[in-house]
Amino acid sequence: MWAGLVAGLFLHALLAPLHEAKAQESRPESRPVVVASKPFGESYLLGEIFAQLLEARGFAVERRLGLGSTQVAFEALRSGAVDVYPEYTGTGLLAILGEDPAGSSSQVFRRVHGEFRDRWGIRWLPPLGFQNTYAISVRAETAAELNLRTLSDLAREAPALVGGFSPDFLGRDDGLPGLRQAYGLELRDTRSLLQAVKYEALQTGRVDVIDAYSTDGFLARAEVAVLEDDRGFFPPYEAAALVGVGLQEEVPGAVAVLTELSGLMQEEGMRELNRRLEVEGESLAQVARSALVDLGLVADETVAGSGTTGMRELRGRRDGSLVAYLWDRRDETLRQTLRHLLLVGLSLGAALVLAIPGALALERLHFGAEAVIRGGGVIQTLPSIALLAFMIPLFGIGVFPAVVALFLYSLFPILRNTYTGVRDADPVAVNAAEALGMTPLQILRQVRLPLAAPVIMAGVRTAAVINVGTATLAAFIGAGGLGDPIVSGLALSDPWMILSGAIPAALLAVLVDGALAGAERRVTPRGLRE
Amino acid sequence: MGFEPSSQATGSGVTDRSAPPALETRGAVKQYGRIRALDGVSLQVSSGECVALVGESGSGKTPLLRLFNRMVEPDQGEVLLDGETARTMDPVRIRRRTGYVQQAGGLLPHWTVLRNVQLVPRLLGMDDVRERARDALERVGLPPDQFGERWPRQLSGGQGQRVAIARAIAARPRVILLDEPFGALDAITRTELRATFGDLRRELGVTAVLVTHDLHEAVELADRGAVLREGQIQEIASPQRLVAAPESPYVARLLALAGLGKGGGEG
Repeated sequence: MWAGLVAGLFLHALLAPLHEAKAQESRPESRPVVVASKPFGESYLLGEIFAQLLEARGFAVERRLGLGSTQVAFEALRSGAVDVYPEYTGTGLLAILGEDPAGSSSQVFRRVHGEFRDRWGIRWLPPLGFQNTYAISVRAETAAELNLRTLSDLAREAPALVGGFSPDFLGRDDGLPGLRQAYGLELRDTRSLLQAVKYEALQTGRVDVIDAYSTDGFLARAEVAVLEDDRGFFPPYEAAALVGVGLQEEVPGAVAVLTELSGLMQEEGMRELNRRLEVEGESLAQVARSALVDLGLVADETVAGSGTTGMRELRGRRDGSLVAYLWDRRDETLRQTLRHLLLVGLSLGAALVLAIPGALALERLHFGAEAVIRGGGVIQTLPSIALLAFMIPLFGIGVFPAVVALFLYSLFPILRNTYTGVRDADPVAVNAAEALGMTPLQILRQVRLPLAAPVIMAGVRTAAVINVGTATLAAFIGAGGLGDPIVSGLALSDPWMILSGAIPAALLAVLVDGALAGAERRVTPRGLRE
Repeated sequence: MGFEPSSQATGSGVTDRSAPPALETRGAVKQYGRIRALDGVSLQVSSGECVALVGESGSGKTPLLRLFNRMVEPDQGEVLLDGETARTMDPVRIRRRTGYVQQAGGLLPHWTVLRNVQLVPRLLGMDDVRERARDALERVGLPPDQFGERWPRQLSGGQGQRVAIARAIAARPRVILLDEPFGALDAITRTELRATFGDLRRELGVTAVLVTHDLHEAVELADRGAVLREGQIQEIASPQRLVAAPESPYVARLLALAGLGKGGGEG
């Protein structure tokens, strides 16, 4: 455990002065450093700390905070779409390398460091200095009542207790199944709970045991007791900056700057920062700035006023009303709505341009049409987050891969409705038109298409409404839009921020549906209207 | 090609030996999978004549009818129009010159009555499409001012079929093909429409092939009736002759079932 820290301090001492000088020189020419994070509070905070430190050293930074998941963030790093994001050694070992949890902190660090370098050229910077491992927690009163101090104590009392765990904890080998084996832990019942509601459920007594993270801001509260992992079951989860190949080669100065953080951050301090962010609702920029000042890495005035992007400044204030909050951030909401419409418009437009002529061609060919359309249907069944993640190695992150994914989602309803609408258009009328000497093209343009128009439009409408909803997930791959405040709000346990994205997104879906319902009526030939 | 109506039809069924038949099939065979819809059918229809194709469902009436506008291509045998093989003719041109009426009308539901009737004149690039359509509607007994701007769904079944007939004659074709045109109508409407069509055919002197399973209709409208059974013409003669002296027992039985012929007592 100490090895990483020592190594970090050592490296820091060795490299920092050298590269500070170099950074000064390379400033004007160097490209922006793309800093990412995963979508939970601490990851946001570490990402923002990386970003502000780089900015303080004169590097231009592009923030892509809140990328979908380990898979998405890592793919983005591997493909060079982002340069750096905070990761945990245990996650690297288990989730990315797929190995079993084993070994001490320094062993795990050496293992992931070597493997990532050899396989992908990706570099783990020396750990930041704290661990964020699972912290199995109970209410303080429960702990006192049942005399619980360790997980072994918990196993003794477990048959009377109810657990509330995050969905992946319930399934992972380093989660509940392993815990059951290691401690013989058999709870009366377990529930699957999202991070955002877990503490609430614990406090109100709906569950008695939860899986917290050791640096959770909520753990700083007195009413929660963390139980000791007395058999050393959980693998080490040391936080560290994970740096992609591109940055190492193109902007080595920035890598050096990031190593300044190595070994400086403590678990307790991190818990306090998380508390300010998630419990007190302070702004991300503010918490990150004061962390850097406290660590002595930047002088107070250096970053004062170097405000990051607006969204992160606008935390849901606990005073005032939701309406006032929404009104305050109307410019932000407008910008996100426009971005959202851009994603929807581009992807839907491309789907229209391809799917309608494509369906007409399939209808002409007869052969193979069903297979092609069924193929489109298969895309539809892929979970959106998986499809988005699949785009990253191909197109990186941002607007373009999001538009491609949304385009693929929109294809099927339009393709299917156009094909069946045109194929099944009033067969008696079509037969008469042919028998009276209309050419196939005339029949298509003057008979089949007008008769199929309402069906085609219904497909477009379905695609558009799905698209508006799915586009909120595009925030997971850094495409922005109304998903941004939803993802950030979920990460920061900020319901108002979630609503500031969810309400406009829902309104947008209703509006788009209404507008297209009107269009559906308008394209219905008058002769067919009742 | 002239679209003026041929001189007043004789309506007698007497064939003009000097001119080639308007429509002719020679040994036409059509196979649908394992079903032989047409099994060597030879038929001649003279200019101005009306031939009724009768028989049970699946006897091959409709495929035979559709040979004449190339909506069906024979697997074997030949189709001749005015003595020339249809094989080398453009099917679209044949269809534009051939009127066609089907059982449920097949009006284009997104077009008004007038627009429907203008269809073929427009396809042929005629310049007086509006007048032709109005004239055709007048002829089938639908005042164009009253019916022209209606949508097909606003018409009764009988009105719809009148519009379908108007559409078939608007470009004054010399041949008109009708596939059970009155089959879906009630008895009174059917009788009225039959009369309208009979008058119209005599006025225009058009050559007609009429598919029907209604022997009364054949008797009333046709110069000759061809009885089909399993893709072959069982018997062909004037309706009067068919009714009075059917040669095959099958035809006699069909007539008896329809209340016609010797056993029927009506005739």
